[in-house]
Amino acid sequence: MSATGQTLKAAVELKGRSLWVDARARLLRNRAAVTGIVILAAITALALLAPLLSSYAYDEVNYDIITCAPGWWPWHAACTAPGHLFGTDAVGRDLFVRVLYGARVSLAVGLVATLVSLLIGVLYGATAGYLGGRIDGLMMRIVDVLYSLPFVFFVIILMVVFDRNFFLLFIAIGAVEWLTMARIVRGQTLSLKHKEFIEAARAGGVSPFAIITRHIVPNVVGPVMVYVTLTVPGVILTESFLSFLGLGIQEPLTSWGVLISDGADQMETAPWMLLFPALFMAVTLFCFNFIGDGLRDALDPKDR
Amino acid sequence: MSALLEISHLDVHFATPDGDVHALKDASLTINEAECLGVVGESGSGKSQLFLAAFGLLAGNGRATGSVRYRGEEILGAPARRLNALRGGAVTMIFQDPLTSLTPHMRIGEQIIEALTHHQKISRDDAVKRAREMLDYVRIPESARRLRQYPHELSGGMRQRVMIAMATITGPDLIIADEPTTALDVTVQAQILEILRALKTDKKTAIAMVSHDMGVIAGLADRVQVMRHGAIVETGTADEIFYAPRHAYTRMLLDALPKADEVPAPATEVGAPLLTVEDVKVSFPVKDKGLFGKTRTLRAVDGISFTLHQGETLGIVGESGCGKSTLARAVLQLLPKTGGRVVWLGRDLDAATQSDIRKLRKDFQIVFQDPLASLDPRMPIGVSIAEPLKTLEPGRAGKDKVRAIMQRVGLDPAWINRYPHELSGGQNQRVGLARAMIVGPQMLVCDEAVSALDVSIQAQIVALIRDLQAETRLSLMFISHDLSVVRRLSHRVMVLYLGRIVELAPSAALYADPRHPYTRALLSAVLSPDPRAERARKRELLTGDLPSPLDPRAQLTFLKSRLGEPDYRPRLIEVAPQHFVAEHDEAAAAASRS
Amino acid sequence: MIGFALRRFLGAIPTLFVIVTLAFFMMRAAPGGPFDGERKLPPEVERNIKAAYNLDKPLGEQYLIYLGKVAQGDLGPSYKNKDFTVVRLIATGLPVSARLGLCAMALALLLGTLLGVMAALKQNHWEDYSVMGIAMLGITIPTFVTAPILTLLFGIYLGWLPVGGWSGGALPNMVLPVTVLALPQIAIVARMMRGSMVEVLRANYIRTARAKGLPATRIVLAHALRAAALPLVSYLGPALAAILTGSLVVENIFGLPGIGRYFIQGALNRDYTLVMGVVICYATLIILLNFLADIAYGILDPRVRLS
Repeated sequence: MSATGQTLKAAVELKGRSLWVDARARLLRNRAAVTGIVILAAITALALLAPLLSSYAYDEVNYDIITCAPGWWPWHAACTAPGHLFGTDAVGRDLFVRVLYGARVSLAVGLVATLVSLLIGVLYGATAGYLGGRIDGLMMRIVDVLYSLPFVFFVIILMVVFDRNFFLLFIAIGAVEWLTMARIVRGQTLSLKHKEFIEAARAGGVSPFAIITRHIVPNVVGPVMVYVTLTVPGVILTESFLSFLGLGIQEPLTSWGVLISDGADQMETAPWMLLFPALFMAVTLFCFNFIGDGLRDALDPKDR
Repeated sequence: MSALLEISHLDVHFATPDGDVHALKDASLTINEAECLGVVGESGSGKSQLFLAAFGLLAGNGRATGSVRYRGEEILGAPARRLNALRGGAVTMIFQDPLTSLTPHMRIGEQIIEALTHHQKISRDDAVKRAREMLDYVRIPESARRLRQYPHELSGGMRQRVMIAMATITGPDLIIADEPTTALDVTVQAQILEILRALKTDKKTAIAMVSHDMGVIAGLADRVQVMRHGAIVETGTADEIFYAPRHAYTRMLLDALPKADEVPAPATEVGAPLLTVEDVKVSFPVKDKGLFGKTRTLRAVDGISFTLHQGETLGIVGESGCGKSTLARAVLQLLPKTGGRVVWLGRDLDAATQSDIRKLRKDFQIVFQDPLASLDPRMPIGVSIAEPLKTLEPGRAGKDKVRAIMQRVGLDPAWINRYPHELSGGQNQRVGLARAMIVGPQMLVCDEAVSALDVSIQAQIVALIRDLQAETRLSLMFISHDLSVVRRLSHRVMVLYLGRIVELAPSAALYADPRHPYTRALLSAVLSPDPRAERARKRELLTGDLPSPLDPRAQLTFLKSRLGEPDYRPRLIEVAPQHFVAEHDEAAAAASRS
Repeated sequence: MIGFALRRFLGAIPTLFVIVTLAFFMMRAAPGGPFDGERKLPPEVERNIKAAYNLDKPLGEQYLIYLGKVAQGDLGPSYKNKDFTVVRLIATGLPVSARLGLCAMALALLLGTLLGVMAALKQNHWEDYSVMGIAMLGITIPTFVTAPILTLLFGIYLGWLPVGGWSGGALPNMVLPVTVLALPQIAIVARMMRGSMVEVLRANYIRTARAKGLPATRIVLAHALRAAALPLVSYLGPALAAILTGSLVVENIFGLPGIGRYFIQGALNRDYTLVMGVVICYATLIILLNFLADIAYGILDPRVRLS
């Protein structure tokens, strides 16, 4: 955020600590958040490198080792399949590689749907907040109406209607999540609009467009970032929920929700089928929540 | 006299994420029975933490060491049960901001009674009776109805009276008043101080008066302690501190205050007319609460006319809600007017297009009240300063100009990449001034520009504004609620009351010979750092609060003889050359507003 | 007050209208119809059935007919559950779902508030950390994982509770579904309550109350709790939506005869009227709860009290 194109003379100028620098320092002091970032990075790397990490393909069926525990499994199991780190599923596919492929889908849904909601929410919220008055009233009234719709039901209908189109899943979930984003952005914009530094900019002849881009947007980024980190896990949960109901991604592709659903069915005989996908998903959601909490504390320290 | 409270070697530390903060250093003091001790200090001096620490009210991350004795009993670190028996009973507190200091969802009666029933065996009926007596004592009318109201339904002054009633109802030996009048208007401040004075003389209650304002302390305190950076730097009787200060810091505090007798001459000669404001009106629709609440019109500015000359300073004075800030914004075309004309150098600004006005902004700039809020927190100050130059005179923008203006307003140019949160309030206000001055304006509006600053800083900023004015023959609209600050800068002073001018006169005439009863009350409410004068002084107090600006008859508060014609507006009459006063009933001069 | 209720009632009509419209056209956009079974019907029979259900009319006309019926409280016949009207199906399923949802909601509010307040009062002590740690678990572990695990533990290994079925709403049958449904909400409420309580405890008026020498319990109950509960009230609507969503899974896993099951069945079978009926029913519930929440808000905070 600091001024660019500094001259040589600027070298002797004191470097300012921007709020971003402060926030980053506070975030890095937050052990839970840092742990979250590290683990999340590791899971993402695993998911991206999945094809290189296992000699099995995600859809490779092997009827000789149906529902077998991993070789190291210490409890009783009908059969074991050494070489399969997380064991195998009901048609003998390697669970390790499937969990990682599931991670790809779940993370992708989380990110893309969040981006969709970010795009709609920020545009809508900023417009309503900046224009204010009647337009704002109308736009927020629409959001209120949409808020009282049981949205997940619409997503379900949508998934049925369009026959579980994977791409549509992103859009549908994103379209559900944008409402809150719009409210947050609008609230922030509205309160910023009345701040004295915005008035000062107007008194300095700065045009409305420049006020939005130079003063409002950079100041809204913080709260939006926090909400984005907290939206991703929400979306992942929604996707897994749909998959659990049999309305999500289709075989042989998989997601954590599908794997958990399969695992829950076989929980008594093959607990590993539930354990590993559930563990991965829970840890991922944990990480996002910790990062979100850490970001919020870092950007909006109350003790200041 | 025996010691009621003895604090010795009190230290307070706060553990913060940025390290340990030593907020109070080895502070010792004594308060005797029925005595008023004034504790003075600027922001960050630890004066509030002193008493919070003494009675176990520090925030969770605070730690206090030392000794605090109440009537000889050690109470620092005493068990909660013991402290609770003391707090609110024998020792009570009044805090600064009466709105946030009262529980919003509890009726005020409940809050007052609660203090009593927890400390004394008393039936509820008796407690209610006592509460009503207390409200009468602090001069709140219609006490029975008030007890059933919620804090937000009361005005600021009324809320502070409730706080006082709450603090007095148990008949305490000691009241700790922490900046009790800081958030209030001057005329209300005078009323509250009057009540505190009565408490001290009638009820023989000891008072610890914590304030940043030497004037508030002067009229009330028997002894004074001066604090700075968490330490007590000087202790003495009021007369010693005010008339023979020994510590350099005390002297500096006193010197920073304007004296009644030495008023510096304005910095410039007055030239040709620059700005003409004709019958400007600004009103806002206000919706009543509830479903079918009707929309009423709040006339924030209700027909104001004046002329500002080149090099002239026009002081604009009034209490909260008088429309002074709205007027400034309407003149600067930052708010839409509902009526009237603004003429700048012969050009009617209402006829100008938006882009023309943007270009004209080079000529008139503004400095705001809150130095931190008026700067974008995510921009280095150098960028903030350069912004008007960039938009108004692209091409001329350069770091050298920014550095030059920073130097001029007393900022180290090496700080060009610093951020507002890294600077103090006074430094940020210099940044605000630099941003306004960089385009070389002909007129500068200062909207309460020094009100949020400590007195010592206030004096520096006022001096800086005077210098800038002398150098550039700048015209100033200097808006403030503080009459003594306005006096130091202004050629002429305009007093506003509910959106209209009640008096407009050359500075000397207005202060020497105020004609309107409201002006007289305002001037009478000004406190001076002169204990003898303050004690001797007879005040011209207004009773009650400001009437609601929504009430169309409020304009006639001082012209009751015309109450039959609610749309009548008092006219301005020239009583002496250039001295204009709004029509008023002479009888109303001493009378009330209620 | 009555005026306010009236205005909210009128305000709900456009909302419901939007819902009906959206649901109607989305369902109709789906490929396939309710009578495309495995067995192809003779064209004549199909035509007759379609005519009976007005499915042979243009879409716009069908929509208007449907709107008219909904306005009279008639949600039409179920296409798949022969001889049952949608109203009838909802009437049998709703009591089950409502009982489940209300119990879960009550549990979440009570336990969540309690835990949240406790954590706030012990801020940054082990009590705080453990409550917040558990709450985080509650948020991150989805219902469909807790449900089988708890069933396995309490139903199969320990044998304390039935693993499924309704039995007319007997208490042992309720325990597991209600717990599973409430867990994430307990966690969310606890986190929310802790956050707002920590903030309220920093407020100036709490300092005033402490300066009055009030005991800690009185400060929390009389001065802090009401203000701290305000964000919770705004959360009631979303909480109900979340519980209704969760009940889809829970009714499925535990085999409970609620309306959630009808919804899933209906969606998969293209049972247009049933799906829309359930959606309308849910939406009405959510609107109703939001209305109650607004009233509660006014009671808690006199500053927004309705005149």
